Amino acid sequence: MFDVSLQSLAAQLLVGLINGCFYAMLSMGLAIIFGLLNIINFAHGAQFMVAAFLAWMGFAQLPLLLGPAYQINFWVALILAPIIVGALGVLLEKTLLKRLYHLDHLYGLLLTFGVSLVLEGAFRHFYGISGVSYGPPELLQGGVDLGFMYLPLYRGFVVVASIVICLATWYLFEKTKLGALLRAGTENPKLLQAFGVNIPLMITLTYGFGVGLAALAGVMATPIMQVNPLMGANLLNIVFAVVVIGGLGSIMGAIVSGLALGILEGLTKLLYPEASTVVVFVIMAVVLLTRPAGLFGKEK
Amino acid sequence: MKAVPAPIRILLALLLPALLVPAFPELAYPVFVMKVLCYALFALAFNLLIGFTGLVSFGHAAFFGWAGYTTGILMIRLSAAGLPVELAIVAGVAVAVAIGWAIGSLAIRRTGIYFAMITLALSQVAYFLAVQIKWTGGEDGMQGIPRGRLLGFIDLGVDSHMYYFTLAVFVAGFLAVHRVVNSPFGQALKALRDNEPRATSLGYDTDRCKLYAFMLSAGLAGLAGSLKALVLQLSSLNDVMLSTSTEVLLMTLLGGLGTSWGPVVGAALVVSLQNHLAALGGVVTIIIGLTFIVCVSFFRRGLVGELQAALKRRTRIREQHEQHRPEILGSPGEQASSV
Repeated sequence: MFDVSLQSLAAQLLVGLINGCFYAMLSMGLAIIFGLLNIINFAHGAQFMVAAFLAWMGFAQLPLLLGPAYQINFWVALILAPIIVGALGVLLEKTLLKRLYHLDHLYGLLLTFGVSLVLEGAFRHFYGISGVSYGPPELLQGGVDLGFMYLPLYRGFVVVASIVICLATWYLFEKTKLGALLRAGTENPKLLQAFGVNIPLMITLTYGFGVGLAALAGVMATPIMQVNPLMGANLLNIVFAVVVIGGLGSIMGAIVSGLALGILEGLTKLLYPEASTVVVFVIMAVVLLTRPAGLFGKEK
Repeated sequence: MKAVPAPIRILLALLLPALLVPAFPELAYPVFVMKVLCYALFALAFNLLIGFTGLVSFGHAAFFGWAGYTTGILMIRLSAAGLPVELAIVAGVAVAVAIGWAIGSLAIRRTGIYFAMITLALSQVAYFLAVQIKWTGGEDGMQGIPRGRLLGFIDLGVDSHMYYFTLAVFVAGFLAVHRVVNSPFGQALKALRDNEPRATSLGYDTDRCKLYAFMLSAGLAGLAGSLKALVLQLSSLNDVMLSTSTEVLLMTLLGGLGTSWGPVVGAALVVSLQNHLAALGGVVTIIIGLTFIVCVSFFRRGLVGELQAALKRRTRIREQHEQHRPEILGSPGEQASSV
């Protein structure tokens, strides 16, 4: 059982770390949205998937439609897709979600769940469930030999970029004036509104931002994962478990638990592959039994 | 004599046409009606939790599917050796209650949205198990489950026999849910749904109430799953998947959370929708999603709930009219009567 080579250990750790990066980015977005809107965004996975499809469509389909000059490369998609998906999120918040804030948060959950079904169904209708694939951008093709392992450049980029994104978001929320306002809005929106802060606008933009983060993760995932309509839903199941383990209370909590669980999952794949699909859920059960509020949770 | 409550009156009124279904298969295909009854029972079980206890579960497929697998495998392996079908159903329900205990006792440790996420995550484990364990048939599922003989002499292989058996189980299930909802335990559930801290302060052990409600709901969902496995004679991976949990949620929401007949109406609508649109694949998912959005945004009480509200409004208006009339036309009448 323990005669594992350093090579395969490093390889599995890398796979785990990359999954962990996606868990971290997605659960961070969920935590940010939950903080201000008090809803759990069930459409998060679908929005992730839509961004991945947008990147692929811009790269593979747009040139067929309008001519090769209109091909959208990875770097442009990395900026465009989050803006488009974020704008759609703002629209959703403005038209539908907003009407539900005074109700039980059950309804926000059901609404976003419905949205995710519509998005998944639409992409399934047009693209089937088999999925498409998309190569990494030219600049990041190939890899480097680190001596103990071979590191594909793109994978290294994903790890570095997502950690930078996570830390930047953490800095924005915890260390800047805007972040202070957002945290105050989480604590007591009414009081903050009395001070003249436009809370409804802040809520709308926060939702757009959280959704944009999911979209950013989605574009980054296209060269690694198979792009298919259920890619987000499958990931979201695990992210929910991550969120239960870490709690939605803090951004750093979401980042740390996301990364840690990804790595643990990678290690399980190496030592006991049969359990790798359920290890996160088992950890969730253990955490619930020993620390019901979650590792970083302040929830009563 | 006490007046018969409205839900029971509706049940009695519907019983006669329901009993006649096998006589007119060209009007209502019995297997279709049986399928509706199974899902209606499933939705009633679900409503017990979401409507009367305020807990949203995204994992009810685990109970429905695993009960079906249990009943299915017992009938396939042992019915030739003389295992009564009743025992296979009881075993299915027992498995569902056991899974309900396991998932429920973890999930009640958190509230609100966390509860929903935990049930979703744990039902995912139940799904992975169904994929990996050999005897569930994995991707293929179980086919050709024998229906056996009820009480040893009624051959359920005959569709009309199976139909009356299904109808009887449904009626029993409906009455059981009605009884639970109107019992002191049901009142306690509603109390903790509306205000949990208050219920705690009044001395209710809310955690235990929730767990019992969860297990009860799981058991009834299991009964529906076992019955469905016998009716359609198959059990598949689809029954333990998230999509099944979604459907039962939709049925309940569409019909009306916390109403007696809402889940049944919702089940009938959703099952017919699927029958008509099964060939369209992704489009069904879109329609289901849109229905969710419309229900949540525009009629949160569901079809039956809105109907009840409309009826209530009408009676209230009529009562107001009756109260006002004597005042407006008042004095002459009063004088007349006093004379």
